[in-house]
Parts: sequence; C-alpha cells; structure tokens
Amino acid sequence: MVKRQPVGAHYGLKDWIAQRATAVFMAIYTIIFAVCALALPEFSYEAWSGLFSAGLFRFLSFLFFLSLFYHAWIGVRDIWMDYVKPTGVRLALHLVTLFLLVGYAGWAAQILWRL
Amino acid sequence: MSDVTVRKPRPKHLALNQIRLPLPGIVSILHRISGAGLFLLLPFLLFLLDRSLGSPETFETFSAVVGHPLVKLLLIGLLWAYMHHFCAGIRFLLLDMHKGLELEAARNSSRIVLIVSIVLTVIIGVKLW
Repeated sequence: MVKRQPVGAHYGLKDWIAQRATAVFMAIYTIIFAVCALALPEFSYEAWSGLFSAGLFRFLSFLFFLSLFYHAWIGVRDIWMDYVKPTGVRLALHLVTLFLLVGYAGWAAQILWRL
Repeated sequence: MSDVTVRKPRPKHLALNQIRLPLPGIVSILHRISGAGLFLLLPFLLFLLDRSLGSPETFETFSAVVGHPLVKLLLIGLLWAYMHHFCAGIRFLLLDMHKGLELEAARNSSRIVLIVSIVLTVIIGVKLW
C-alpha cells in the first residue's frame, strides 16, 4: 500500500524540520568557530591549519558544511518555487542548484581531509 | 430585495516601489536576500578556505586575495549577510516556538535583529580589516 500523502499538513514537514535542525547546528558551530578563532595565538598558516586538522574540529566543520548545503538546498529551492513559474525552467534551476551543492560537499571534504 | 451589491474595486497593491514593508517584513525579505547572496558566493568562499588551508604558499595567495580592498568590501558585505541571516534566523526559531508573536514584540525583535547584525558586522569587520 502506498502510504505517501501528497497533500495535507504533513507535506513538507520533513524539510521544514531539516531546515531548522541544520540552522541550530550551524548556529552552535558558528559560536564554537568564533571562540576557537579568537583563541588562536596569531593568524598564521600553522595556527589556522592546526585548528582545522584537529579531529573533533574537522568533524564538526564537515558537519557544518553538510548542514549548510542541505539548508541552502531547502532555502534556494523555496526561492525558485516562489518566483519561477514555468515548470521546465524551475526544474532546470532545481537541478543546477542540487548539482552545485553536491559538488560543493565533495570540495569541502577534499579541503578538510587533505590537511 | 435586490441581490446586487456594489462592490468596491479591491485595491491591488503590488507596486513594489510603493509598498512600505513593516519592520518584520523588512527583516524577512533581507533574510531571503542575504541567504541568496551567501549561496551565490559559496564557490568564492570555498575557494578562499581551500587556499587558506592548502599550504603555506597558497596561504600567501589567500592573504593577497583577501587583502585587496574590493575583496575586503565584498567580504564585509558577506559578513553582514551572515550576521543578518544568523540573527533573523534565531528570531524565526523563537517565532516558531510562539515566542514574541504579539505585534509590539515582533516589531521590537525586528529592530533588535537589524541593529545587532549591523553592530556585529562593524565590530568583527573592524577587527578583521
């Protein structure tokens, strides 16, 4: 039996929650990042890369990027849905957004794990 | 009895240059604009992070790029976008939890968001410049 409800109050709830959950995580990470950055003795390559190569910070940073890209997907998709009416154009913009964000996720992983 | 009622033409007021948005409306549209701006410049920000973490040599490239006055200006703009999106986002989370829904409270929190995000931008911007 197909249980999916295409209409009604539950449609989009998952994205609504995901948008907020990722926002909360990013807000907490922003505070942690600000504190760690302020605690750096100097802004040099050694200090800066040292911060990001610490295991926990790298892990949290990667989660931040994944949260950011998922959050951006929902937000940018909402913008397309609000302003772009022709179905074909909208679909194309959705796909471009999605491909970009997935690509960015790979890029972010490469930046963080190359260290 | 006649069924005919004279209907006043309903005002359709979608002239964007004439609509005066209330404060919460301004915060809301700026939330969207700042989010869109941050999304559009994601590749540039990832490029900067990539250069800053690559090696001591690429770190030099990074320093040279962010040292350019025009880039600094752009980054200050993005900093404001992040701060506004951050503050307005926290306000929206509180509204979701039914905090500050009354008209006066909503207006005040909008004002706070606008002011705090600019103050944070100035403080951090001055420190980084």
